[in-house]
Amino acid sequence: MQEQDILNQYQSVSEDNVKEWFKVGVVEDFPENSGACIKYKTKQIAVYNFVRTGKWYATQNLCPHKMEMVLSLGMIGDKDGVPKVACPMHKKNFSLEDGSNLGGEDLKIATYPVKIKKGNVYIGFSD
Amino acid sequence: MKHVIVVGNGMVGYKFCEKFVEQSKNKEFKITVFGEEPRPAYDRVHLSEFFENQDAKALEMAPREWYEEHGIELITSERITDIHRSSKKITTTKDLHYKYDYLVLATGSAPFVPNISGIEKKGVFVYRTIEDLEDMLGYAKEVIGDRKETVKAAVLGGGLLGLEAAKAVKDMGFEPHVVEFAPKLMPRQLDTRGSKVLQEKIESLGINVHLSKATNKILGDDVITGMEFGEYDKIDVEMLVVSAGIRPRDELGKTCDLKMGVRGGIVVNNRMQTSDPEIFAIGEVALYNNMIYGLVAPGYDMAEVAVNQIIGNTDVLMAEEIDMSTKLKLIGVDVASFGEPFMPVEKGYSIIFENKTKNLYKRVNISHDGNLLLGGILIGDASDYNMFHQIYLNGLPIPEDAEELIIGARGEGGSSFGSVLDIPDAAQVCSCESVTKGDICCSITEGGCENLGDVIAKTKATTGCGGCKPMVVDLVNETLKSQGKEVKEVLCEHFSFNRQELYDLVKVNKVADYDEALNLFGEGHGCEICKPALASIFATITMETPNRQVAIQDTNDKYLANIQRNGTYSVVPRVAGGEITPDQLIIIGEVAKKYDLYTKITGGQRIDLFGAQIHELPLIWKELVDAGFESGHAYGKSLRTVKSCVGSTWCRYGMHESVTFAIDIENRYRGLRSPHKLKGGVSGCIRECAEARGKDFGLIAVEGGWNLYVCGNGGATPKHAILFAEQLDDETAIKYLDRFLMFYIRTAGPLVRTAPWLEKLDGGIEYLKKVIIEDSLGIAEELETEMQGLVNKYECEWKQAIEDPEMMKRFKHFVNSDDTDDNLAFVPMRDQKMPKAWN
Ligand code: SRM
Ligand SMILES: Cc1cc2nc3c(=O)[nH]c(=O)nc-3n(C[C@H](O)[C@H](O)[C@H](O)COP(=O)(O)OP(=O)(O)OC[C@H]3O[C@@H](n4cnc5c(N)ncnc54)[C@H](O)[C@@H]3O)c2cc1C
Ligand code: SF4
Ligand code: FES
Repeated sequence: MQEQDILNQYQSVSEDNVKEWFKVGVVEDFPENSGACIKYKTKQIAVYNFVRTGKWYATQNLCPHKMEMVLSLGMIGDKDGVPKVACPMHKKNFSLEDGSNLGGEDLKIATYPVKIKKGNVYIGFSD
Repeated sequence: MKHVIVVGNGMVGYKFCEKFVEQSKNKEFKITVFGEEPRPAYDRVHLSEFFENQDAKALEMAPREWYEEHGIELITSERITDIHRSSKKITTTKDLHYKYDYLVLATGSAPFVPNISGIEKKGVFVYRTIEDLEDMLGYAKEVIGDRKETVKAAVLGGGLLGLEAAKAVKDMGFEPHVVEFAPKLMPRQLDTRGSKVLQEKIESLGINVHLSKATNKILGDDVITGMEFGEYDKIDVEMLVVSAGIRPRDELGKTCDLKMGVRGGIVVNNRMQTSDPEIFAIGEVALYNNMIYGLVAPGYDMAEVAVNQIIGNTDVLMAEEIDMSTKLKLIGVDVASFGEPFMPVEKGYSIIFENKTKNLYKRVNISHDGNLLLGGILIGDASDYNMFHQIYLNGLPIPEDAEELIIGARGEGGSSFGSVLDIPDAAQVCSCESVTKGDICCSITEGGCENLGDVIAKTKATTGCGGCKPMVVDLVNETLKSQGKEVKEVLCEHFSFNRQELYDLVKVNKVADYDEALNLFGEGHGCEICKPALASIFATITMETPNRQVAIQDTNDKYLANIQRNGTYSVVPRVAGGEITPDQLIIIGEVAKKYDLYTKITGGQRIDLFGAQIHELPLIWKELVDAGFESGHAYGKSLRTVKSCVGSTWCRYGMHESVTFAIDIENRYRGLRSPHKLKGGVSGCIRECAEARGKDFGLIAVEGGWNLYVCGNGGATPKHAILFAEQLDDETAIKYLDRFLMFYIRTAGPLVRTAPWLEKLDGGIEYLKKVIIEDSLGIAEELETEMQGLVNKYECEWKQAIEDPEMMKRFKHFVNSDDTDDNLAFVPMRDQKMPKAWN
């Protein structure tokens, strides 16, 4: 796949336009206060489990900076209250709420809704 | 309403617009801007960054919407072809006509392409616009393709820009060659000696330099295949970037009969007016004081003057003297020249410092009375450039003994410069964003900023090239201090304590884990700064391995391996002291072969295996651990290696058994977590083959024992270790080392190595000797006991991990599938492999 095609397959999905809630495992499969990666069709999605707030987030695994499949390996936390992931490669920070770059750069990652039901973890896709 | 037409939407044309909209009287004017290029003005100074990410948007000075918001009409892809001065009209390529009241010519310049036979061939490029770079990239890909042999490319011109181009050519995968007509590099900025030092440094970076070469001919049919200098003097290159200077784009001035310079450029006065008072010229097209200034800062000043003249502030004039100081960027070597770099003896005298072994050259030119810094050159280390530049620009006082400027003040804690607060308020600290010292200080004293982050957000200082960052940090700290505000070193937004305070808090309160620390002493949910810092603190209190609190480890520690460019990992088993048996070599070889890993001898006397996928790590380590290897902690902020030389065991000069001692020391401190990585060395005599003085701690065998050196490092800011104690026996050396390391681990900030730690330690090396050798704080025994406790608790974390199925779970790419990462691609390289580069 060409670089552009790889990038283009990641488009943010909001709860309203979810076509499929895809089950990616049970809560225990996902490390606490960390990221982990799942596969959906040809996509790699990073899933983050914030135990302290009980919140879950999902984004593309691809860091748009150098096109590396690494975001699930990054450290998570918050900046001024906004939940974020720091890419392990060059520590660029991305908001897990809207995928924007918190350093103000013109880099953006796609975000996906996560749903927890009866101990199962689902991610919403529109394709 | 008056109509101002700006011709040219480059850096200076844009700056004109920006300065215009800042004026309150701008409502009386309408501005129309024409740009020949397809996109709005972009940052040409940082053009080379386009190679990194091909992101044109990132270079934009302002997006199109900005012009709209400010009522500026921006028309791109449209060139102005004619000016009709009598009717005050201009004509565009599309034959449209516009009437102006004031016309501003900001048409910049074009690369000068010498008239060499064959220069029109395919594969010859200039370096000015984004399109030039796109063409070059496309061509480079076509030419290099899958070829295994090296392909050469040349840059014509060894000036500032030529060297930048050479770096770009190298990054594209070519073997770079710089061809310069003059007998030295950067002939306009550097003296001969400095230039020589620069040349050696550049060559050491793999860039070939050819001086005093006049190119006769570009060889090849349609496509360039080489360059010819003399009959038998040729070089086979398949691409050429011409960077031989610039020529102002003054066509418009010629056709409408404005006064022109003999060698081109539109003549302007100190109001930026051309010979027609309603037509202004600014930037690289303007000939001011008989000069074209090929730098952006004078262009910005010109824009400011033109704006003021048009708007009616007619007393704002262009300065008489133009500052041509420059700092070379990007290429991986510090080069700067400021003020008057070469100086005739009648004006003053020069102080020159040169150290060829370090590619270091510094020259400062001082007035005869010793009071003024007139200019200078810095090569190899330009960290003082900002300060020198400010001293030069503002005529600030210099030390009585002017040599202190370049060789540093003797004695303790002396800065040769005085305080940054002595700089006048009007001094420009950040030239990219035109932020003055006054702007920075006022943002704190009046603007409500409370820390560096606030100041950057408010003033935009440091957001350009970043070169002014050290000075901005100093200014912010000093201003805060002068206001009686405590400049508190805090870890990050989640903990308002420094590392040492947190270390004490965790220890005294017996805090169990990161979450408890956050609950007790922090706020929010943590980040990539405080998590690893606390991980390190926990490890140095209890010797816990990264396997316990996995979520707070930096990515490398989490996977017990260094992440590589393509998301694979490296494997580095410990080879204490660099001593390895043939059988161990065979095992490493077999493992590398089985898992197809790229294998290399490291700079730390051991072997690194690259390209392992995450799920392979435990399999590889299982084999290595079974064969008796342990983790080398190459990923951790922890002890790395203790290098050795063969010493008295084999060497005819050896005084003691340096290998044995190196192995003992490495095994003693293996796994020890610290604020930054720790490295040691042990040499068998003063010939110092183990480079012990380039390490955080080093031992050199002398008559009667070991000399102990501390606080050295290689890396980004090399420092030689300092002699700490002499003629020690083995036990005393270990005792001092225990104390020294433990004291450092307790008190240093996160990611501060021993050398910068010592620099900030009040009292310096003498104080350190008192604490460690004379036990002035009465903590020596405690430090030793603590270290012994850590040493006793050492456990190989890889062994720990592979033996525990729960811990093994993290070594998997996908949670929901056993597939591996299908994005990984490798290409062959010299009988091994390497990650495939992205297109
Ligand atoms: C593999 C090796 C280069 C090689 O091919 O030889 C290497 C590779 C890396 N070095 Fe190094 N350094 C290697 C020897 C050195 C040396 C030479 C030495 O130790 O004698 C130095 C200079 C000496 C020193 O550190 O004072 C060195 C100075 C650095 C620095 C700069 C440190 C500084 O204080 O400025 C970094 C960056 C950092 O640590 O922040 C760095 C960081 C790195 C990292 C970890 C960068 C990273 O985060 O990916 C590289 C990854 C290693 C890996 O994936 O396994 N490496 N690095 C060498 C491994 C030695 C080993 O066996 O562990
Ligand atoms: C790779 C590179 C690195 C550099 N590094 C540095 C550095 O480190 N420090 C530094 O100070 N300077 C540096 N410079 C120089 C700096 O970029 C220039 O000084 C600056 O861009 C000049 O601005 P300008 O607006 O006068 O000209 P330009 O930026 O060239 O803008 C002129 C614009 O006018 C357009 N134009 C021309 N004629 C017409 C017409 N008839 N109609 C419509 N539009 C027209 C052109 O297409 C162009 O877009 C560097 C330059 C390059 C190329
Ligand atoms: S330092 Fe050099 S000369 Fe001295 S013992 Fe080691 S190898 Fe021999
Ligand atoms: S690859 Fe993610 S920050 Fe560079």
